[in-house]
Amino acid sequence: MGTRIITKPLGAARRFLPSSVLGRNLLAVLAALVAVVLVLELTTPFRNAQLATMSYYAIAAVGLTVLTGLNGQISLGHGALMAVGAYTTALLLGEDAVPFPVAMLAAAAVTALAGVVVGAAAARLHGPYLAGATLALAVGVPGLAIYFDGLLGGEQGLPVSSPRAPDWFADALYFLSANDMSSAKYLAYLGWGTLLLVMLLLANLMASRFGRVWRAVRDDEVAAELAGLRLGRLRVLAFVVSAACAGLAGSVLAMVVRLAAPSGFTIVLSLSLLTAVVVGGLGSLGGALLGSALLVFLPPAVTNLGTSAGLTGVQAAQLAPFVYGVVLIVVILVAPGGVMGLLRRLFAFRRAGSTTSSNKGGTR
Amino acid sequence: MQQFLNITLGGLSQGAIYAAFALALVLIWRATRIINFAQGAMAMFTTYLALAVIESGQSYWAGFAVALAGGLVLGAIVERVIMRRVEGGPELNAVIVTLGLFVGLQALAAIIFGAAFQSFPAPFGLRGFTFGELTVAFTPFSVFIVGSVLVVMLALVALFRFTDLGLRMRASAFSQEVSRLLGVRVGRMLTIGWALAAVVGSLAGLLIAGGNLVHPAYMDAVIVYGFVAAVLGGLDSPAGAVAGGLIIGLALSYVSGYLGSELVTLAALAILVAVLLIRPKGLFSRVAERRV
Repeated sequence: MGTRIITKPLGAARRFLPSSVLGRNLLAVLAALVAVVLVLELTTPFRNAQLATMSYYAIAAVGLTVLTGLNGQISLGHGALMAVGAYTTALLLGEDAVPFPVAMLAAAAVTALAGVVVGAAAARLHGPYLAGATLALAVGVPGLAIYFDGLLGGEQGLPVSSPRAPDWFADALYFLSANDMSSAKYLAYLGWGTLLLVMLLLANLMASRFGRVWRAVRDDEVAAELAGLRLGRLRVLAFVVSAACAGLAGSVLAMVVRLAAPSGFTIVLSLSLLTAVVVGGLGSLGGALLGSALLVFLPPAVTNLGTSAGLTGVQAAQLAPFVYGVVLIVVILVAPGGVMGLLRRLFAFRRAGSTTSSNKGGTR
Repeated sequence: MQQFLNITLGGLSQGAIYAAFALALVLIWRATRIINFAQGAMAMFTTYLALAVIESGQSYWAGFAVALAGGLVLGAIVERVIMRRVEGGPELNAVIVTLGLFVGLQALAAIIFGAAFQSFPAPFGLRGFTFGELTVAFTPFSVFIVGSVLVVMLALVALFRFTDLGLRMRASAFSQEVSRLLGVRVGRMLTIGWALAAVVGSLAGLLIAGGNLVHPAYMDAVIVYGFVAAVLGGLDSPAGAVAGGLIIGLALSYVSGYLGSELVTLAALAILVAVLLIRPKGLFSRVAERRV
């Protein structure tokens, strides 16, 4: 996160930062929270809705970047895992509604459970085999919703009743900014609050023993095994953590979109998430955040370009996935470290003399 | 009984197509250790080329030829321009690049040809043969499917067994270093390999499309089935890919016929997981040990 990239002029300020990882991450999250409140209060309802969308992409992307970047397991099935979270939320917020935090936790738990099953199979696979198996998951799971159409609503999907802002929350924000609370804004707060919490947990996890051993497993299986690490367990654990994030993301998605339907969880969703983490830089939470911003703010931009260039609406809507594909290829060929890798190289270059090569592509 | 017969026959002709698709994956895997996840998108693209030719008033066969030629060119370009740079690198990079191709080509097809469903003609009748009272689900087009897949397989066997080019391709797939020392132009062999695989993939795309509706995502599930078939056959063995394709075709046909068509992709996933966990080297591979 931002606090870790420190150039010389900022060196003096470094002494005032907390020395523990938790402290620094907490400080970063607090700063981010202030930024989120400022941005959400100062932007239009349309931007609020876009930011709400970005929050659930980002929650899934940070989970995926931990799995793929840190532990070296690729997953094309995160769209399907998001579907599990979204449907769990839709069912729990249905007729006899439970409070939404309970629904979100349940969504994370159920998806984590699915992650145990998938992860146990995935732990034995690597590279193209894992990609193929998770691709099958992404293509297959939406079929379940159609098969159990009595419970899960078939093609139409399940409507979700989004939570409304509690009065104390609306009052507190009115006190701060004198703005009224809109439903889109509340959902954006909900999404970003969840995202910041997830990022705090993941940042600490990445700096902990688990982050270290996951990297060890990624970089050299044999050496890690000789060092006494249990590869299978560690891989399953990484998958479970990542799946729980995807489940939370699906839960936020269901509440923001107000619908859980199979058409929302196509293979393109899984591949978009992959694009986000690859573009941002595999293994970097900040990169995943950047990539998710790309997923939200790029499509309208290229669609407008397309329509002004004379494409029909349907054609222009396909420009965004086209750009994803091109960007995926170009990033891997030109800068496999993604945006964060480029930034890191830039800083390393400016700090001439330091021979750290922390970025080796990151895509093992 | 008649239902069982029809489901079996339908499964066989579908299986022949999956076999061709799996064969295309295996050809590339043997040469470069890359699974081409863009295979389906490439086949979809060339099928749209054929459709464009047919809709401009040409015959089905003109479109057929254009699609296969388009596959040849597309495969060669993809290998030479894009894949060459990730061959031999980290395996995740190659996976991600083929996925990028997958998304990009699919969107490009929607931009150029439209995202709507379009019907694709079949060169032969789609009415089942009748024996006395009984009409079976095996059509003249099914005969064409099985026949053309057989022809392609025999042609590939002949190429690899009896020609100098085939020998050089096998050599560069077996050991790039040694082949290079012996004067084989390995890079060119890889390009030819990708081009050939794309032709076989295009054929599979055309055969699935025949008499059906096409849209930019119509090959998505076929990638999964082809991959499962290839893994079932051991990924390294062309004969295994063919057998795997037939087994998958039959198995999925039974699932679709008796349990429901929504479960077909999940059944494919279940078969894949079962194979990878129980016998990861595949049913037909001669390689003793392989890490998946």
